[in-house]
Amino acid sequence: MRFTINGRSYELDPDIRTSLLDLLREHLDLTGSKKGCDHGQCGACTILVNGRRINSCLTLAVMHQDDDITTIEGIGTPENPHPMQQAFVRHDGYQCGYCTPGQICSAVGMLDEVAKGWPSHVTADLGAVELDEAEISERMSGNLCRCSAYPGIVDAIGDVAGAKP
Amino acid sequence: MRTFDYARADTPEAAVAGFAQTGTRFIAGGTNLLDLMKLQIETPTRLVDISRLPLADIEEREDGGLTIGALVPNSDLAADKRVIAKYEMLSRALLAGASGQLRNKATTGGNLLQRTRCNYFYDTAAPCNKRAPGTGCAAIGGFNRIMAVLGTSDHCIASHPSDMAVAMRALDATLVTLRAEGGQRRIPIAEFHLPPGDTPHIETVLQPGELITHIELPPPPAGRQIYRKVRDRASYAFALVSVAGAVSVEDGRIASATLAFGGLGVMPWRDPAVERALIGQAPGSPAFEAAADALLAPAKGHGSNDFKIPLARRTLISCLRHLTGTSL
Ligand SMILES: Cc1cc2nc3c(=O)[nH]c(=O)nc-3n(C[C@H](O)[C@H](O)[C@H](O)COP(=O)(O)OP(=O)(O)OC[C@H]3O[C@@H](n4cnc5c(N)ncnc54)[C@H](O)[C@@H]3O)c2cc1C
Ligand code: SF4
Repeated sequence: MRFTINGRSYELDPDIRTSLLDLLREHLDLTGSKKGCDHGQCGACTILVNGRRINSCLTLAVMHQDDDITTIEGIGTPENPHPMQQAFVRHDGYQCGYCTPGQICSAVGMLDEVAKGWPSHVTADLGAVELDEAEISERMSGNLCRCSAYPGIVDAIGDVAGAKP
Repeated sequence: MRTFDYARADTPEAAVAGFAQTGTRFIAGGTNLLDLMKLQIETPTRLVDISRLPLADIEEREDGGLTIGALVPNSDLAADKRVIAKYEMLSRALLAGASGQLRNKATTGGNLLQRTRCNYFYDTAAPCNKRAPGTGCAAIGGFNRIMAVLGTSDHCIASHPSDMAVAMRALDATLVTLRAEGGQRRIPIAEFHLPPGDTPHIETVLQPGELITHIELPPPPAGRQIYRKVRDRASYAFALVSVAGAVSVEDGRIASATLAFGGLGVMPWRDPAVERALIGQAPGSPAFEAAADALLAPAKGHGSNDFKIPLARRTLISCLRHLTGTSL
């Protein structure tokens, strides 16, 4: 099977049951994406596939052979962090840090959805999307943080998006 | 997870042809099937990957309706300008379900076929007629807070979890399928899901190897639309009660009404008696109470889910006030 991850090509032959998350963590040592619940409930495994955020635990690696996969390792590096990573540091958007890679990938994917004009459950007029705190919280509800660093997370994302408080 | 053979289908015809052996399942977004395979509640021996089939478009039809490909992701369907403009209840139902990540993967066809969230269905140590026919039902007499109050049987009281399907039910969607032996079939959504009866493991009229290719929506109903979901958390939780509907008022009388309910029934629930109680009446408490009476007359609580009955009444009445612009 051939995979394209963070711009690099890999040839691998994992067990057919391998989830995309396990492929990243166990076969490629890309351990930034985390395994929390392994059932799509916590969001710690969030990555971008063709630019869209998904739960990598709830999909099979074999189904993603022709896709463009981006993990937290491809979003930025310690030397050259992505603006979202910088904002999480600035706003203390974490405590233990376990959910953070998923939060950051999710936030990057989410802002792209906002740019496309996608509404959310809290959007009053579905045709007119404006990002505020309530919108950020709703759109990020698929990423749980057991340390409850939510205020910092919302601030970090709002900072990057230039959202209204 | 049990192992399986895997094949990717490039055409709908190839997908149904790939179904020759028993134990085969389609996989679309995988967000429900893989979840259940990890727990060995589902144990297919062969997966046919339909996620790349060219069935991901939304098209306008001449009659003013929409044809939605079975593989349109839930998030794309919710954000589609035509859906927002004409079928707001469908957008809102989708946006009220799951999370941004899950909606990006979940498909229109897969959503209609998602299985119950009954706690005992998920607990492989518990008796469950749906998961293991003939073993009994742990939810009856057990902890049944999220179970159904309408359409239940002595064999299963599980509620249907989908939000999207409730809006589709109110909108009178029709499913278009490709049968394993070839040939199309059209299934009105009212006839698609099956009540549990004494075969709760059989949930729809879909036959093995039958592929949903499209969902057709007729032109939108008249009047204001709503999808309201009541749940334990403000976001990212399944419905305890939900209402999808549209009501139009002409000359001070309710001229048309379509209402469907989630969280309450063993399948996306719609009862013509509710709409009959409203049509021709002046909007206001007497008509709204009568509609709630009609909905809930057959309702049966099972202990911890008794609260759903008064909750459904209040939610329905609140929605009807909103839909008709009626104050207290
Ligand atoms: C944490 C979590 C929270 C959730 N919250 C909600 C919620 O609040 N509201 C809600 O409505 N849903 C919720 N969901 C469920 C989610 O909406 C479903 O998992 C999703 O819609 C299923 O779609 P899929 O494409 O991933 O289906 P899959 O998992 O791929 O398939 C599901 C079933 O449908 C069959 N199938 C799929 N496509 C077709 C087709 N075209 N023809 C024939 N058979 C087909 C498959 O064989 C399988 O049996 C939640 C899920 C999770 C994991
Ligand atoms: S309610 Fe249905 S799904 Fe739940 S335990 Fe009983 S038989 Fe199983």
